[in-house]
Amino acid sequence: MTFLLGNGAGFSGDRVDAPIPVLRELVARGLPAAMFFETLAERTIALAHLERRRDPNAGYEPMLERLLRPILADAFHARIPLLGNWGAANPAAGGRAVARLALGLGLPELRIAVVEGDDVTAIVAGGQLPVHEADEGLDLAAWNLIAANAYLGAEPLAEALAMGADVVVAGRVSDPALAIAPIMHHFGWAWDDWDRLALGAACGHLLECGSQVTGGVYWDPGFKDIPDPATIGFPIAEITAEGGLTITKPPGTGGVVNPQVVKEQLLYELHDPAAYLTPDVVLDISEAEVEQTGPDRVALRGFRGHPRPETLKVTASFEGSWLGEGEVSVAGPNALARARATADVLLRRLRLRGLPVTRARVDLIGLASVHDSDEGALWRAPTAYEPPELRIRLAVEAADRDAADQAAREVLALLCCGTAGTGGARWRVTPRILTRSHLLLRDRVQPRITLRTASELAQGELAR
Amino acid sequence: MTVIALHHLAHSRAGDKGNRLNLSLVAYRPELYPILAEQVTEARVLALFAHRGATSCKRYDLPRLHAFNFVVDNALEGGVNGSLNLDGHGKTQSFRLLELTVEVPPGLLGDVEVPVS
Repeated sequence: MTFLLGNGAGFSGDRVDAPIPVLRELVARGLPAAMFFETLAERTIALAHLERRRDPNAGYEPMLERLLRPILADAFHARIPLLGNWGAANPAAGGRAVARLALGLGLPELRIAVVEGDDVTAIVAGGQLPVHEADEGLDLAAWNLIAANAYLGAEPLAEALAMGADVVVAGRVSDPALAIAPIMHHFGWAWDDWDRLALGAACGHLLECGSQVTGGVYWDPGFKDIPDPATIGFPIAEITAEGGLTITKPPGTGGVVNPQVVKEQLLYELHDPAAYLTPDVVLDISEAEVEQTGPDRVALRGFRGHPRPETLKVTASFEGSWLGEGEVSVAGPNALARARATADVLLRRLRLRGLPVTRARVDLIGLASVHDSDEGALWRAPTAYEPPELRIRLAVEAADRDAADQAAREVLALLCCGTAGTGGARWRVTPRILTRSHLLLRDRVQPRITLRTASELAQGELAR
Repeated sequence: MTVIALHHLAHSRAGDKGNRLNLSLVAYRPELYPILAEQVTEARVLALFAHRGATSCKRYDLPRLHAFNFVVDNALEGGVNGSLNLDGHGKTQSFRLLELTVEVPPGLLGDVEVPVS
């Protein structure tokens, strides 16, 4: 029988009303189904650890309740388990938050599994782990470790489902694991059936970014148009016992599922297409094929799997320096000349004041910014273009907060000292977080699963 | 031959891991794939990011998808957590790639409207 897997979020900050049509469609189809939420990026978990330091009951996904409230009762009654890495830096607190929500919705019997064991801060703090190849050359010896988390695989999540969990609250797990687990649990495939695991990993990779496989970050007006980008439907995968995989989306939603958008997501954040590493399988998409099989339906085949790596990826986050940013605008005749002169003056001011900034850059937003370099290679290049408006942005990095703040405030002074017609100053200072990836032998990591009903968790909370 | 930006012939999405950028490039039509394979070389893509200190570019070919995956190292000025760039993820870099021009025989252009420059 076909198994349905829906996705309700592709990152922390995604559209909070997106899960509603997905769950409605899963319920309407009446097939065995599950739904997962991916809300935990490398930076997100570091911020969550800082939140947890501030408040022992914080450090889980802030949108958890907002995402689940509209769908939790319907999912429970339809026996559609919900999985997510909403636990972030504090899965236990995330589990308690789900329990409070469930009690409020009259669901005291809702079973909540909390999956922990991904926090390997002690191991990273105490040892010399090899550094992941993408981060070679990153010297963080001077920085303070905030936390380190290993990417758990799908097995503890599948075990939580086998224990009868209605909601699984995990912290750092690999994104595809959130899809592999319900698929493996449903079909009962073996954990060394690499091609089947590859199918699950491919499904997870396609769905983990939510709307990115149904039209999000795809639409390009006049070139790649999609219906109603304001209501893009989040994806649903159909998986068959024979290993078939079809991507679709709820009816009546915006967006599109076609071979083009599926190809874009298939290659998203991929390096070697023959070796996409996950904790559960090494996925090979180099022979994959996609085919439109109906409106908003794309079938995929040709995924192959190779034995899983012996190591787990670990992301360590460190307290970094300070980012100071300031912006002002110019517009109208001679805007480019005024903007360039302003940029040069800002950089000169940093030198004149001797502010201890370690890096500085200026962008001329409207001419060259996100494609440019710290040196401003693009905005300094001669151009015949005369932009009608430009926003000048100064960005600095400093070890000292005050230096970052003083540098950023230099844009404010331009309201009086700047070129003719300078306005709209804004500035801010933000703490930075640095991350580095390591590899850790998998037997050093011991996942733990705790299953409680909402009422049990709430009673435990009263006893705390 | 018509000189035309990739944006008219193919589409792209950018992804990041640390300071490493990956860019897909997917031909709108299968017959354009060999043209892209010949002209969108690792060296040309690396050159697009030379001003940002990129050090190497590797191209993976996916003929069944009529697509390529470019992996560019050290293209993100430190990446999402280290860069001073407004777009530390490099999400916007797919359109840097799509600015690149290629030469296409007029017969292969199909219904592409060639912009008058």
